[in-house]
Amino acid sequence: MNELAQMNAVVEVGSAGEEWAFWICGTLAVIGALGLVLSRKTVHSALFVALTMINLAVLYITLGAPFLGFVQIIVYTGAVMMLFLFVLMLIGVDSSDSLIETLKGQRLAAILMVLALGVIAVAVIAIALDGTTTIGINEANAEHGGNVEGLASLMFTKYLLAMEIVAAVLITAAMGALVLAHRERWSPKRGQRELAEERADDFNRAGIHPGSLPSPGVLATSNAVGTPAILPDGSASELSIPVPLRGKKHPDIPAEPEQIAADFEEVAELSESETVREPEKLADVTGHLELDEVYPDSHNDEAGTGEFELPPAPDDEGRS
Amino acid sequence: MDPVAYVILATILFCIGAVGVLVRRNAIVVFMSVEMMLNACNLTFVAFAQMHGNLDGQMIAFFVMIVAAAEVVVGLAIIMTIFRTRRSASIDEPSLLRN
Amino acid sequence: MSTALMSLATSGDIPSDTVEPILTQITASDAGGIFEFMWLLLALPAFGAAVLFVAGRRSNAWGHLLGVLMAVIPAGLAIWLLVALMGRPEESRTITQHFWDWTFVGTFNAEFAIRLDPLSIVFVLLITIVGGLIHIYSVGYMAEDPGRRLFFAMLNLFLAAMLLLVLADNYLLLYLGWEGVGLASYLLVGFWQYKDVAAVAAKKAFVMNRIGDVGLSIAIMLMFVTFGSVTFGDVFAAAPEADSTTMTLIGLALLLAATGKSAQYPLQAWLLDAMEGPTPVSALIHAATMVTAGVYLIVRSNAIFDQAPVALNVVLAVGLVTMIAGAWIGCAQDELKKALAGSTMSQIGYMFVAAGLGPAGYVFAIFHLVMHGMFKADLFLGSGSVMHAMNEERNMRFYGALRGVMIVTWITFICGFLGISGLPPFDSAFSKDDIIAAATSQNWFAGAVTIFAAGLTATYMTRMMAMTFFGKARWHDDAHPHESPQTMLWPMIILSFGAIFGGLFAVGVIGDLNILEWLKPVTGYEEAALEVPHWSLEVITFVVVIIGIVLTWMQFGMRDVPQAAPQHVTVLTKAGREELYTNTWHEELLMRPGQHLTRWLVWFDNKGIDGAVRGIASGIMGIGTGLTRTQTGYSRRYALVMVGGFLLLVAVFFLAWWF
Repeated sequence: MNELAQMNAVVEVGSAGEEWAFWICGTLAVIGALGLVLSRKTVHSALFVALTMINLAVLYITLGAPFLGFVQIIVYTGAVMMLFLFVLMLIGVDSSDSLIETLKGQRLAAILMVLALGVIAVAVIAIALDGTTTIGINEANAEHGGNVEGLASLMFTKYLLAMEIVAAVLITAAMGALVLAHRERWSPKRGQRELAEERADDFNRAGIHPGSLPSPGVLATSNAVGTPAILPDGSASELSIPVPLRGKKHPDIPAEPEQIAADFEEVAELSESETVREPEKLADVTGHLELDEVYPDSHNDEAGTGEFELPPAPDDEGRS
Repeated sequence: MDPVAYVILATILFCIGAVGVLVRRNAIVVFMSVEMMLNACNLTFVAFAQMHGNLDGQMIAFFVMIVAAAEVVVGLAIIMTIFRTRRSASIDEPSLLRN
Repeated sequence: MSTALMSLATSGDIPSDTVEPILTQITASDAGGIFEFMWLLLALPAFGAAVLFVAGRRSNAWGHLLGVLMAVIPAGLAIWLLVALMGRPEESRTITQHFWDWTFVGTFNAEFAIRLDPLSIVFVLLITIVGGLIHIYSVGYMAEDPGRRLFFAMLNLFLAAMLLLVLADNYLLLYLGWEGVGLASYLLVGFWQYKDVAAVAAKKAFVMNRIGDVGLSIAIMLMFVTFGSVTFGDVFAAAPEADSTTMTLIGLALLLAATGKSAQYPLQAWLLDAMEGPTPVSALIHAATMVTAGVYLIVRSNAIFDQAPVALNVVLAVGLVTMIAGAWIGCAQDELKKALAGSTMSQIGYMFVAAGLGPAGYVFAIFHLVMHGMFKADLFLGSGSVMHAMNEERNMRFYGALRGVMIVTWITFICGFLGISGLPPFDSAFSKDDIIAAATSQNWFAGAVTIFAAGLTATYMTRMMAMTFFGKARWHDDAHPHESPQTMLWPMIILSFGAIFGGLFAVGVIGDLNILEWLKPVTGYEEAALEVPHWSLEVITFVVVIIGIVLTWMQFGMRDVPQAAPQHVTVLTKAGREELYTNTWHEELLMRPGQHLTRWLVWFDNKGIDGAVRGIASGIMGIGTGLTRTQTGYSRRYALVMVGGFLLLVAVFFLAWWF
């Protein structure tokens, strides 16, 4: 109770502090909004929105609505925006918008219209507010002993029905999200046995190595993810480290080109000893490690001759 | 502080949000722009509550928040579903409404 | 019929309440006794036609017999009906038989009802008896034709339509029959459609008849507008009170119809071409019955024409012109049938003159019509017999001296000659003299023209007789003339009796039937006051006729007739050979401009109307295409439009609030 009273007194409504808060937070909120629209990366947009919302929360508090301010921070910034970020991660964090506008005149028209909208809104509000006086929220807040108490008394008396309906809406929305996000399984789950049989099959048909690749750090001085494994002949295996870290200078990996070429040859020899005879394809091995990418057409060798058709070379635009 | 200042701030935020809806193509960004517009409205509610000296405006803003939360849940689920089938979160690319 | 139904109803086979409405319908007409079977007059030929058309080749063997039967039975029935009708008092000689109602739109309602009265029974007798005889004649005439069965089907169709025309109780039903005979005429003229001339002639007859038919349809529409009904009874009852301008319009429209159907000037050109049809067709349709339908129409509508003196005068003028024109053509044509066709036009012109005289002449128009039906049918059948004998050669210049080889035909032809030429006491002596007298009483000029036409009649008939049966034989080398078979001769013999004694019979010298008294209740009659004694006109006519015969005999009977038509002849003969250049001026004045008009209309239809329609369509398509461009499928675009719409709305409200 005491704390609540103190919370109410954080910023006195109508004080000079309120003015400072408005100008600072208002500016930050607009910057956040502009950032939302202008940033190219979705993640940045989301962070800018979070900025705006936090600033709005501050403004709510200065306007005598501390409860809403905290709800704004907890629900919006904490839950909703994190949900956004969660979905962003799911559907590809690095998907960034191209900034080229495809619809003719859309941008200009949008800006002009929205400006007109804003002008009209401001004009209407200015006319409507002409001659009104500001009463201030302090009295209303004080009536039930504080902002939270006041809202609570409203919520469970005047707005009880709306409250219940909103509760139903929330539950329905949760159910709806479940239904929408649920994916039906159309084929039986592939267990360990099926996966193992598949690998054996692949090896039989296309000679794809059935085992796992070397892990980073095996026999090396350190087991950090960036440390390549040491092959039996003492050289380092670049295959063993994650793709983003490859090619970077590392004490255990010789950065010289001829050394890398030697590495490639070694890999090629390794593969030669099996049934694959495609040195130029193997050159890609260092870049992409998924088996399907190494032998994309391993399935079209139905005659079992060990010969494969190469896919057409990718063109400039990345289509094949 | 005059409530008009808050209302003008809300208008600015609302307009920026509207431009975002109209200009951006990523469904998630569009969605966030919609949230921005909702927040702008909330700001006016709170400002007017302060002006009129009662708590009903704050109450409505509260309900808006709840409904917005529900909306976000469903909307994101829809975006997920579309992304899963079309491998894209662009609202232009499908042009589904045309054919 | 009603008794049969009644007995059915009482015996309990049919619930009586279902029979009741049918009964009331039938008993609504005042038919009874033999008159209950009036409908058979129509039904039998229609049945015959239907059977022969539908059965097709299967009925080839017996088709002609059925056709004859379906024409002869109505003839017997017609005689029976005449006797029954004579047994009734004068005022109850109109019998209607109602079948059903045609309701078209709103108050426009026509009954399917037939009406037998003294006027229609005369026509029924003429049609069925002459028709029956010509059916019999056709059995022999068409014996070698592979399409004989079809020919009889069409003849039966014609009979049914013609009987419907004269028995109809209202103008609409009459119109049905009118079109029916037009159809039958078209089919029969073009019966040998493999001959180009026949096909073209049929088409010409059809088209020119349509021009007249437009008149009839206009008349019917005017009647409905004026009287609200097209039934004879209603129209005639209302006619005396009607506006005389309307009556004149209706009269002129009816005259147009009559002119087309009866081959009167200026729509006469089709009749000569129609001679391309088989000769029985020429005899039945284009001499005895169908072409007289126009006269029937005018006389039947006497109540209308009585209110329209202008229209009557036009009828008279048309009659006079055609009378002379037809005779003129008849004098100049070398083909036997075409000369007879000219004669037909001329004689129908007589009837029009009589009808154009009003109440003083209606009766004589019908009288002459009946007489003409007999002698002209006789003459046509004779000509058919001659042509049959001469391998279908039509040109009289290749005949000559046939009296020796075709005695029966020759004698019957002479009977027809006596009938038409107006020598007493044969047919025309009564009917034509009556017309001359009536015309003279009203109009000296008309009287003089009719007398002159009587002389012309004698002239062309004498020429025909002389060129065909007298003089030297000018036959083709392969011609072997022979007398026709019995089936052809007997109808000719019977008809020649009609040509000789018909007049005596009709005025009551033989038997107790007087056609004047008989028709008076229907057509009305006013005795025309004659300024000169009746006998003096008869003497003048007789003298003119004799002069015509003698002069013509001197020209054609006593001199050799060349095989090639002489080229150095008077303008009059040339004009007659060219059918008075009617075809030429029709072509120049009507056909060419008509073609131009049609071409222009086609152009206008293509460019103007179609263009407008297509323009509107493509305009709408353009708008649609333009609108689809707004449907981009981009939700952002839609959102933008929504914002725009919202702006507009707010702006409107704002302005409304501001002012």
